[in-house]
Amino acid sequence: MLRSTREFFAQRDVLEVETPALSRGVVVETHLDPMVVVDESRGDGRDYAFLQTSPEACMKRLVASGSGPVYQLCRVFRAGESGRFHNPEFTMLEWYRPGFDLEQLMDEVGDLLATLLPDLAPTSRRRTTSYRQLFVEHAGLDPFACGVEECIDRCAELGIEPPAGLDRDEVDAYLDLILSLHLQAGLGADGPLFLIDFPPDQAALAQVREDAAGTPVAARFEVFLRGVELANGYLELLDADEQRQRFAAANERRVADGRMRLPPDEYLLAALGAGLPSCAGVAVGFDRIALLRRGADHLDELMAFPWNRM
Amino acid sequence: MTASLRVLVWPSVPPGRFVLRGARPSVSAESRMVESYNTSQFKKGLKVQLDGQPGIVLESEFRKPGKGQAVYTLRIKNLLTGNVLVKSYRNGDKIDAADVHDTDLQYLYNDSTLWHFMDPDTFEQYEVPKEALGDAWKYLIDGTKVDATFWNGQVIVITPPAHVVLEVTFCEPGARGNTSAGVTKPATTETGAEFKVPIFIDNGDLIKVDTRTGEYVERASSK
Repeated sequence: MLRSTREFFAQRDVLEVETPALSRGVVVETHLDPMVVVDESRGDGRDYAFLQTSPEACMKRLVASGSGPVYQLCRVFRAGESGRFHNPEFTMLEWYRPGFDLEQLMDEVGDLLATLLPDLAPTSRRRTTSYRQLFVEHAGLDPFACGVEECIDRCAELGIEPPAGLDRDEVDAYLDLILSLHLQAGLGADGPLFLIDFPPDQAALAQVREDAAGTPVAARFEVFLRGVELANGYLELLDADEQRQRFAAANERRVADGRMRLPPDEYLLAALGAGLPSCAGVAVGFDRIALLRRGADHLDELMAFPWNRM
Repeated sequence: MTASLRVLVWPSVPPGRFVLRGARPSVSAESRMVESYNTSQFKKGLKVQLDGQPGIVLESEFRKPGKGQAVYTLRIKNLLTGNVLVKSYRNGDKIDAADVHDTDLQYLYNDSTLWHFMDPDTFEQYEVPKEALGDAWKYLIDGTKVDATFWNGQVIVITPPAHVVLEVTFCEPGARGNTSAGVTKPATTETGAEFKVPIFIDNGDLIKVDTRTGEYVERASSK
């Protein structure tokens, strides 16, 4: 798989890069917890850094400095994520394409999946659906128009009992719940499903644009195959001020949620300020592709050293 | 510890108060009394308390959309009623631990309402009402070793060994020499329970029974 992946990008003149796994600032996201590494050489336990949750910041800094298209296969770390399809340390395949729009990048992701999973993900079985269409058709809910009460009613009808402490103000929390517990298992049953046009609140580091009906949507896609989320792509946000505000908003939600405020990556913000060329980027969970390729049910079946045995 | 780099799990540890959480293995949940489990401790086999009743976790699953909120789902079997339900939790939520543990006990006798057991180590005796036994009464004869599940000091589940040997106390006479498979007749055993047995079984024979299915396995030569 590694060799096929490297050949795939070599043929497309995308440069393989390596960037540091440790950094002092992070890409602040509401629902991503980095692991912290303490440098004890100073003796006070206060000199610390973060293990990357993805190589996004450094790779964007490369693109901003004129690297052209770049890809990376690397280990990333996410605290508290352990389960059937999660291991706190895992392998990410991430790449950035200056000048690409989302459609071009989705085509390329589809081609890569067809290369790595020829039986499960042939090009002919690729499908695209919008976040709204998925929820309207399969959960009876318009994610862009619904309120929390409606979400609670739909959960009850779908047989989902929301966790007791779920934030009653956040529609997104209910949408995540319905996606995770009701919709996801059926996504991409026959071939890769590209889910597009997310609610703007879920934009993270993607641009917000208007869809055909004039509704603001996040220019993002996620790819599902056999109910497994494989990839997450953005038309990358280029505006440093907007990005700084989103980091701050994510930190406010984190604090309200009882979690740590995280230091934003100032170097990334500076790179955006200096000018990131228009580009699209995507992160692919490499272990999950291996899982589907093997027909495994649990990451433990294919990892020689899963976290519960470390 | 000589390494100067320590990896910590961030959300639980504010800066300046770093506590080493690596360097497992930690103490197993069974060997100490815990009051609650948080989501990072969720796993199959945990004994938990839900709405004041004890349960065991049959399955624990973690789901998280790439950019979204994580949800943990537990399938929990109520140890009193046997009912199974699914509950979901957010990162950091807690679930009460149940004071549930298993001990080997020895069956002594019954007075048809209470079944009496003894802990062979402490000689302490326990009485269990028939309702709490489920089908276990069918397999208990003097001296049978059982696995007893205690909750708050009370026996709530008695699990007999997978196979037991019982004496047939009454059955209709069968055709001697007929060992053909598939033809059965009822036989009452010394526990009072009835099992379907092949027709060659006679009064006074010993039969081996699978306690998980309640089915006859074979004729036994000794207990």
